[in-house]
Amino acid sequence: MSGDAILDGLTMACLLVGALMSLAAAIGLLRFPDLMSRMHAATKPQVLGLLLMLAAVALQMRSWALLPVLLGAWIFQLLTVPVSAHMVGRAGYRTKHRRPDLLTVDELNPVVAAAAKDLAGDPEDDGGRDRGGDPAV
Amino acid sequence: MSRQRISLLQELPLLVFLVLVWGALWQDYSPGNLVFGALIAVGIARIFYLPPVELSGRFNIVLAAVFAGIFLKDVVVASFQVFYLAAVRGPHISNAVIAVPLRSHSDLMITATGHVISLIPGSLVVEVDRATPMLYIHVLNVTSPEQVEKVRAEVRATEAWLIRIMGSKEEVAALAAESSQGVVAQ
Repeated sequence: MSGDAILDGLTMACLLVGALMSLAAAIGLLRFPDLMSRMHAATKPQVLGLLLMLAAVALQMRSWALLPVLLGAWIFQLLTVPVSAHMVGRAGYRTKHRRPDLLTVDELNPVVAAAAKDLAGDPEDDGGRDRGGDPAV
Repeated sequence: MSRQRISLLQELPLLVFLVLVWGALWQDYSPGNLVFGALIAVGIARIFYLPPVELSGRFNIVLAAVFAGIFLKDVVVASFQVFYLAAVRGPHISNAVIAVPLRSHSDLMITATGHVISLIPGSLVVEVDRATPMLYIHVLNVTSPEQVEKVRAEVRATEAWLIRIMGSKEEVAALAAESSQGVVAQ
């Protein structure tokens, strides 16, 4: 009986801290000033929060068959969360959501600017090559 | 454009993973169910053909277990750190976008490093340059150049861990040479 009480207590702690992590993500989304800081808030506490929630489920169900399902759910979360955060951050960086005033160091901006310049210059170059090639054909 | 086919043996670890997920979803590991799952796995791998994941052929399970522990601790630290920064610093946070050169050219290693550092304290991958190879990382709460160097060293340490766990022999040898010289290659 006391073993059950301990497990119930652990479950309670997991649920509470897990819920707290959801709260942390919500506070982060509200308080951080730009898109990329908000992506930090949307990824990290949420991964831990889900782990604790799944741990609470495992502690209550106590079924070995269920464990791989819960583990799978968390692993797929680990695999997909950084990708979605990266896609949003990458798109945000190249649009109006970049806030240079919030960055103390920015080593990507020169690279993106150079790539954008190359892209703008390319069609003209190709056109020149095409025209140059025409007489030979 | 035709892609190079890879042998069934190279695909095997991923197929085994698919079959395990199938078993987990049904909560049924009886041979009949697993064989049916294996048929579906092979079918999916043939129909939805993706560029092959090039595994290096080595995997150190002891180091992987140690790293999993460190990773779990880092996830907890990261979560509470973000919570603290959100509650205390909030709108006055100052960040940085830094470039970190990696050692490995393997897609798997770059992806794994990007995933791990996205989940551990304060960093998020903004851009990946496969050719160099270089990761551009958004770091939360950076105010000084010393902190930038610290994050750079952390990311490269993470990559070193992953190389030791599942990098190719050449990468491990390069890593050993680098650390014996005591030089942090840039």
